[in-house]
Amino acid sequence: MPRVGLFIPCYIDQLYPDVGLATVEVLERCGQQVEFPEQQTCCGQPMANTGCTADARPVAELFVRTFAPYDYVVCPSGSCVAMVRQHYHEFFHDDPTYLALRKKTFELTEYLVDVLGLTGWQGRFPYRVGLHQSCHGLRELRLASSSEVVGPSYSKTRQLLGSLDGIEIVTLERPDECCGFGGTFSVNEEAVSCMMGLDRIADHQRATAQVLTAVDMSCLMHLEGLIRRQRTPLAVMHVAQILAGRAVPNVTATTAAGANG
Amino acid sequence: MQVSLPITHPESAAEFTANESRAHWHDQALWFVRVKRDRAARTLNEWEALRALASQIKSHTMSRLGDYLEQFEAQATRRGAIVHWARNADEHNQIVLDILKKHNVHRVAKSKSMLTEECHLNPFLEQHDVTVVDTDLGEWIVQLRQEPPSHIVMPAIHIKKEEVGALFHKHLNTEAGATDATYLAYAARQKLRDVFLAAEAGITGVNFAIAETGGFVVCTNEGNADLGVSLNKLHIACMGIEKLIPRASDLGVFLRLLGRSATGQPITAYSSHFHGPIPGGELHIVLVDNGRSQILDSDEFRGALKCIRCGACMNTCPVYRRSGGHSYHSTIPGPIGSILHPARDAAQHATLPFACSLCASCTDVCPVKINLHEQLLILRSVIAGRKLLSGSKRLAMRLTSFVFQRPRLYAFLGGVGRRVMSIMPRWLVYNRFNPWGRQREMPPTPRQSFRELYRQRRGKDRA
Repeated sequence: MPRVGLFIPCYIDQLYPDVGLATVEVLERCGQQVEFPEQQTCCGQPMANTGCTADARPVAELFVRTFAPYDYVVCPSGSCVAMVRQHYHEFFHDDPTYLALRKKTFELTEYLVDVLGLTGWQGRFPYRVGLHQSCHGLRELRLASSSEVVGPSYSKTRQLLGSLDGIEIVTLERPDECCGFGGTFSVNEEAVSCMMGLDRIADHQRATAQVLTAVDMSCLMHLEGLIRRQRTPLAVMHVAQILAGRAVPNVTATTAAGANG
Repeated sequence: MQVSLPITHPESAAEFTANESRAHWHDQALWFVRVKRDRAARTLNEWEALRALASQIKSHTMSRLGDYLEQFEAQATRRGAIVHWARNADEHNQIVLDILKKHNVHRVAKSKSMLTEECHLNPFLEQHDVTVVDTDLGEWIVQLRQEPPSHIVMPAIHIKKEEVGALFHKHLNTEAGATDATYLAYAARQKLRDVFLAAEAGITGVNFAIAETGGFVVCTNEGNADLGVSLNKLHIACMGIEKLIPRASDLGVFLRLLGRSATGQPITAYSSHFHGPIPGGELHIVLVDNGRSQILDSDEFRGALKCIRCGACMNTCPVYRRSGGHSYHSTIPGPIGSILHPARDAAQHATLPFACSLCASCTDVCPVKINLHEQLLILRSVIAGRKLLSGSKRLAMRLTSFVFQRPRLYAFLGGVGRRVMSIMPRWLVYNRFNPWGRQREMPPTPRQSFRELYRQRRGKDRA
């Protein structure tokens, strides 16, 4: 039985613990033995994306030390996996430990489809779902075909979600437009970031989605923040939560919580 | 404290998005072009192969640009053209002025050229008693408005037809309140005809210069370049040194990519080939460096010189679409401009590589496969390395790194942070120093972190 190291990004650890638990449950349902190494903190993306390479390096080194012993590393975030797989080069170059880690680090749905060979997922989810294709998963990990590239169309996440009983994945006008989160971009370019997010939400609403989902909680954190402020009747769930069979959070309840100010 | 930088994108972008309906209109206009591009690209099964080929041809050309430039000069000269070399914008402008003076020219019809925008040729010539009219319709509209283009292919994409109607009413005496595009275009056509007939010289840009033949190609949709240089004897073509391709047989690859990427057309309406001067005329070609060899020397940014100026990265960029071209304060806006300008002058354009959510759509859309989003990320580290980040940002990142290197401190501070956040009164969380909270609710503050819940779960499993 391979040892699977669970990589739970810092903001999921601190703010969305249920997404971490759902990830554990999904992996365990597939018979995977998962371990959460407690010395992990963050992949270093916030610093790296701000250009502070020297600050990102020691955090990346901690990450590699922590996860090197595992056979696989699985993470419920395309963006953090892309950081490790695409952007650690400048810290580690051809270091064999890193190159080995790079090959065995996977985003959750990617792991289920590419490593475990799943073609679908058993479960029931009778809702109209809008799938937000997070950019880093899409264009750096190629979890799905991007609309710019000419070639066959596919989506690993959609393949899993689409096989759930009763689900209807709605058709968006802009299938893979960015939500506008972008890490520090969301604060640095607040005006554009929020306009992008609101446009993204409006697209899901026009498609009459009841639930908005993605493989990246960071995109969802930004969109959920806008949804709660606007009191939009749209539930937000991470794909892992849907696969783990979580109930759809009550839209009205979420709205009420956001309105106490 | 925000260190005051010469020009900042976030402020200009916020101004543009403040007019929400306009920003949405701008976004939709460009998205329409992006969708047209997708459809056009999909008509070619070999699209991705063409992109790869174009990228390789350009990489090869950049790897021996000096040789190809010499070959081009020799061949162009053999065909009777006069080749000039300019190290920078000032030299370029002076060369153009000297040629015009020698021929006693006071009226010039100019077709679209981003290089002459970059060199600020128009105001320079105007200062020296030369009238220049931009004959590309979009360029002419922005010229009449006395503002720079906001897009490299669609310079007036930010202007609504009502505004064009008002502008033409003022300058061309068209009917007040006219908004019909055909009517307005016809009025422009009439007026530009006078410009073409009165011009004593034509200036054009260059889309592709061919080293093998010494000829070059100018692509337009209006035929204005052809009119501008055919009705008089003097043609000055201004080109950046990166416009070169090795052979005439390479041209087809680029012409197929350019029109489709730019506007979703199979090919531009006019692809005019110039090989030497017209009988009895003079053809001058000005080869301009202006910082390009500096980019050529850098391993990280050399690839940006492959750019064929189709504008596809702008049309697809979700930030450009919502912030408008002028928010970039640079001749070339959008993703490619956010590389080309800071790569030459990082201090002046320090905010541009951050005007990007790193969605990477620009990289996937680029017909010559420039790794735009990766270069933007590298530029951020160049800017941080040159201490051009704000002090608050540098400090925040240093502290974050300090905490993330210490798992127990991180877990402890996470707990403290969540507890403090959950008891803070709303007014203390949502204030003007919290840009997240202006339009968004803060994320939830759960009582326990994942690692705490996981530990409990493990404990239960073992019990």
